[in-house]
Amino acid sequence: MAATTIPVELAAACKDVVAAGDADDVAGVRAGYVAAPASTAEAAALLAAAARLGLAVVARGSGSRLHWGNPPARCDLVVDTRRLDRVLEHAAGDLVVQVQAGVALDDLAAVLATAGQRLALDPPAGAANGAGTVGGVIATNSAGPLRFRFGAPRDLLIGITVVRPDGVVARSGGKVVKNVAGYDLGKLFAGSYGTLGLITEAIFRLHPRPAVSTWLSLDRPDPESAAAVVHAISASPLWPSAVELDWPSAGAPLGVSVLLEGDEASVTARSARMRDLLRRGTAGLPSGQRKRPDGSPVHPTSAVEGVDSGVVPGDREVADGGAAGGPFPLARPPADGRGRPEANGTCVRVAFWVGQLATVLRTIRTAGVANGVDAAIGGSAGAGILDVWVAAEVDPAAVGGFASELRAGLAALSAGGAVPSVASAVIAWAPPQVRETVDVWGPVPSLRLMRSVKDQFDPAHRMAPGRFAGGI
Amino acid sequence: MDGNDDAITAERNAPAAAIDAGAVDAALAAMMTGICGADNVITDPQQLRTYECDGLTAHRSVPGLVVLPQTAEQVASIVRECAARQIPFVARGSGTGLSGGALPRTDGVLIVMSKMRSVIAIDPISRRAIVEPGVTNLSVSKAAESHGLFYAPDPSSQVVCSVGGNVAENSGGAHCLKHGFTVHHVTGLQVVTPDGELTWLGDGTGVAAGYDLVGAFTGSEGTLGIVTKIIVKLTPIPEAVITLLAAFTSMGAGGAAVSAIIGSGILPGAIEMMDALAIEAAEAAVHCRYPEGAGAVLIVELDGPAGDVEAQTAAVREICTAEGAYEIRAAQDAAERAAIWTGRKSAFAAVGRISPAYIVQDGVVPRTALESVLDRISALSAETGIRVANVFHAGDGNLHPLVLFDDRRPGEQEAAEKLSGMILDLCIEHGGSITGEHGVGVDKSRYMPRMFGADDLDTMQLLRCAFDPGGICNPGKVFPTPRLCGEVPGVRRAPHPLVAAGVIDQF
Ligand SMILES: Cc1cc2nc3c(=O)[nH]c(=O)nc-3n(C[C@H](O)[C@H](O)[C@H](O)COP(=O)(O)OP(=O)(O)OC[C@H]3O[C@@H](n4cnc5c(N)ncnc54)[C@H](O)[C@@H]3O)c2cc1C
Repeated sequence: MAATTIPVELAAACKDVVAAGDADDVAGVRAGYVAAPASTAEAAALLAAAARLGLAVVARGSGSRLHWGNPPARCDLVVDTRRLDRVLEHAAGDLVVQVQAGVALDDLAAVLATAGQRLALDPPAGAANGAGTVGGVIATNSAGPLRFRFGAPRDLLIGITVVRPDGVVARSGGKVVKNVAGYDLGKLFAGSYGTLGLITEAIFRLHPRPAVSTWLSLDRPDPESAAAVVHAISASPLWPSAVELDWPSAGAPLGVSVLLEGDEASVTARSARMRDLLRRGTAGLPSGQRKRPDGSPVHPTSAVEGVDSGVVPGDREVADGGAAGGPFPLARPPADGRGRPEANGTCVRVAFWVGQLATVLRTIRTAGVANGVDAAIGGSAGAGILDVWVAAEVDPAAVGGFASELRAGLAALSAGGAVPSVASAVIAWAPPQVRETVDVWGPVPSLRLMRSVKDQFDPAHRMAPGRFAGGI
Repeated sequence: MDGNDDAITAERNAPAAAIDAGAVDAALAAMMTGICGADNVITDPQQLRTYECDGLTAHRSVPGLVVLPQTAEQVASIVRECAARQIPFVARGSGTGLSGGALPRTDGVLIVMSKMRSVIAIDPISRRAIVEPGVTNLSVSKAAESHGLFYAPDPSSQVVCSVGGNVAENSGGAHCLKHGFTVHHVTGLQVVTPDGELTWLGDGTGVAAGYDLVGAFTGSEGTLGIVTKIIVKLTPIPEAVITLLAAFTSMGAGGAAVSAIIGSGILPGAIEMMDALAIEAAEAAVHCRYPEGAGAVLIVELDGPAGDVEAQTAAVREICTAEGAYEIRAAQDAAERAAIWTGRKSAFAAVGRISPAYIVQDGVVPRTALESVLDRISALSAETGIRVANVFHAGDGNLHPLVLFDDRRPGEQEAAEKLSGMILDLCIEHGGSITGEHGVGVDKSRYMPRMFGADDLDTMQLLRCAFDPGGICNPGKVFPTPRLCGEVPGVRRAPHPLVAAGVIDQF
C-alpha cells in the first residue's frame, strides 16, 4: 500500500501515527502506516478504527522476530508497542510483575534485579533493542535454555490483557499465581504470532535470582553417547536449570552442557556431584581421549580426541555469577540464533520426545547428507527442542529438500503407536527463496480447531494474515 | 473491564435461542447400548440417582441417561449421537469436583469415564506417561515409581480423583507451589470435540506447532470436549524430603513466617497453614497430636537435592523460631511425614466432627495480603456469629475457609452462604481470584462478573464458540450467560465498496 496521507480515523484514535518507511517493511512486505499507542485504551481505539477501515494489522515489538513464520499477506498498519513501555507494578513480596507489552526484556530484568528477582526467560542474546519485548516473547512463546526448568513464556504468564481485532479489550487470569477462574486466554495468545489480537499487558510470576550460575560442559563423539549424557543429567535429582546440546557441524563433537543455579554452597556441592555422575554415567560409553597431549590423565568427562585443543574440564566450567549472557566457552547458540551467521539463513525448530534424542540427531544428519546440507544443531536437548541452522549461502532448493526430508524422517519415528507422532519440525525463519520450496509450518495437528479459533477471534482475517500455521 | 456499549453486550449475551433438542428416551438408550453394550448404559432411576451430584452436594440433578464407554472411539460415537440430536452431555470422572462441574443434565447424557482407567504406556527416558482419563491421579505416580519418577500435581483427593478431571479443572495440590499445576504437566490430549471428532491436541513434546490448544483446553471444566487420552510429564523423584511442623500462638506470627521464608528465596515444595479451629477439628477426627495450644500450625515441606534440603531446613527452622514458633518438629521418613500430613489432609472432612454442616470455600489472595484478609474473615465471623475454620495453601495465598453451620436451624445455611460469598468479595477486592483450584462450575458462575468484565467473559466464550458452537458440551457451567455463537459478533468488516464510494448509504 502506497499511503502518504494518514486516514483521519487513525489519527483521531492514536496520537502517534505516521506513514510507513522502508525500515517498516515486515518480512519484505511493504507497510502502510505505523502507529504507536501508549496505553491499552489508545490501542483499543486504534484497532477499532483499523477494523472500520478494514486494515490488515501486524504488531511489532523490537522487530527482532518479525521474520519468523510466513510474511503477512498484507500489512496496512504496523502497531508498534514501543510506547507501551511501563512496568506497571512489581509486587516483589508476591513475586509477581505487571508490565506493558513494549517493555524490553533487558529493562524488565534490570528492574526485577533490584529486588533480587527475575523473569525466568533467557533474553535472546544478541537481539537488538534490549533483547526483545515482553509482547514479542509471548507472541512467539520463545524460550532459551531455562526452558528445561521453568518452561516457556506460557508457563510463567499468569494474566494477560489483549485488544481484540474489533477493538474490544479483554483480560484473563490475574495477579495471583494460583487461579482457575475462567478460560486462560494467555495460553491461547502465547505463540499466536499476533494472529488473534494485540497483547498490551502481561502479568508474570517471578523467581528469586540465583546467587551463582555454573555451566558444566563436556563433548561426546556421537549422538548416542551425547544422548546418554543428556538423559543422565535430566533424570538426576540435582535440579539442573538447563540441559543444552551444541553440535556445530557433522564432523564436530557434540557438546552437552548443564546449568546449575542457586546459592554458592548448593551450586558447589551439586557441581561436584554432577561431575561425579557424568564420570560414572559415561564410563561405559565410547569416549574420546582420556589423556592430555602431554600424556597426563584427563577428567573422563573431557573432550574428544583430535577436536578439543587441549581444553581440560576445568576450563569448560564457568561460573558467571548469573550475569545475563556471561562467558560460555562452548559457544552455546543464543536462543534465537541471532548473532550467528545463520541469522540470515534458515532455522528449523525440531521438537521431540526426549527419549528419541539420538535418533532425531541422526535423522537430521541423514537428511543433511542427502541434500548436501551441513547444519549447526543446538538447543534445549533435555527439554526436547533443538534448532537446526542452515547457512544463508546454501542453495535454497537444497534447504527445502533437507527440511522436507527431515520432516518425513521425523514423522516415521514412533513411540509404539499410542500417539500419532513423537517429533516434528517447524521452520522458524527462512529466506524467501527457501520458503518458496517448502511450507514453513508443515503439517499441524487439529488445524480445523485452530481455524475455528481464528474465525472467532478475527473473522475478517486481518491480524497478521497468512503468517501462521495452515495459512492462518 | 466493562463493555463500552452495554446494549450491544447485553444483546450478545442473550441466552441462546431454545435449540430443538432431541429427547433422552428409549430410542437414545438403545442407540447408546449399541455403542457401549447394555452393561454400560444406565437407565434405572434408582441407579441414575447415584450420579446426581459431584463432591459439591448442594447442587443435584438426576441425569437423563448414564453411559460408561470403554474406548475413545465409543466416546466419539456417543458424542456424535448427542450432537446429531442437540442433546447436551456432561463428562464425569470420579465425581470429586467441588464446584458442581460434573453436575448432570436431566435432559442430557452423563458420560462417565470410570471404565477408561489404564496407564497405557510409560516412557521413562522421555519422562512421559500416556494415560486414560479415568485413571486416578495417584496411580500414575505409582506406575512411574519404579522408574524413579512421579506425576507432580497432587490434589488432596489424589487417591480417588481422575486425571481427566484434573485436566478439566487444572487441578493443583499442596506441592504446586514449587512443581506447578496440571497445565504445566500436560503435553498432549486426545479429545472428542463437541461435534464428535476424535483428534489430538499437542503431540506430547510440549512444543507443538500452532495455537496452544492443550493449554487452552486445560482448565476449561469439561466445556470444550471430552478428554480420552492424556500425555503427562513425569518428574524425577526428589532425592530428599523433609517436612517441618511449626506451631505458633497466632495466625499473624505464622503468616509472617510464610512471608519471611518466601522472601529469603527458598521455594519449598509446600507451605500449608491451619488455624486453631481447623486444628481442633483435625484432633477430634484423627488425633494428629499437633502441639498443644497452637493458634496456627505451619507445615513446610522441602524437597530437592539432599544438601540443599538440609541447608534449607536449617534456614526455615531459624526463620520460624525468629517469628515466634514455640515448637518445631521435623519428619524425615515417610511414616513421620504421614503423621504430620494426616491432620492437614483430613481437615475438610474433620470439620464434620465439630459442625453438622459446612461450606468449603476456595479463594486466592496475593500472599502479602493474607494477614489482612484473614483478619477481615475473623471480623466477619465475629460479626455474624458464624464460625470459620481456616486451612490453606499459604505459600500461594490459596485460602480454603470452612464456613460452619447447622443445616437443621432455619436460616443458617443462607447466612453461611452469604458469608462465604463475602469472603470471595474480599479476595477480589485484594486483587485475587474466586477460585484457585476447585473451579467455577455451576457454583461460582454467578461470581464471574465480579471478577471479570462483560467483555472479558465474552472474549473467553469466543474459545467456547470455536469448539462448541451448539453449546451442548457441559452447558451452564463456568459462564453466567451463554454466548450466541452463530453470528460474528461486533465485527464490522470493511465497508461495502459502494458504501465506501458514497454510492449507497449504510442505513
Ligand atoms: C477431599 C477433597 C480434596 C480435594 N483437594 C483438591 C486439591 O487439593 N486440589 C484441587 O485442585 N482439587 C481438589 N479437590 C477437587 C477435585 O478433586 C478436583 O477438582 C479433581 O480434579 C476432580 O476430578 P474428578 O475425576 O473427581 O472430576 P469430576 O468431579 O468427575 O469432574 C470435574 C470436572 O471435570 C470434567 N471432566 C471429568 N472428566 C473429564 C474428561 N475426561 N474430559 C473432559 N472433562 C472431564 C467434568 O465435566 C467436570 O466439569 C478436592 C476434592 C475433595 C473432595
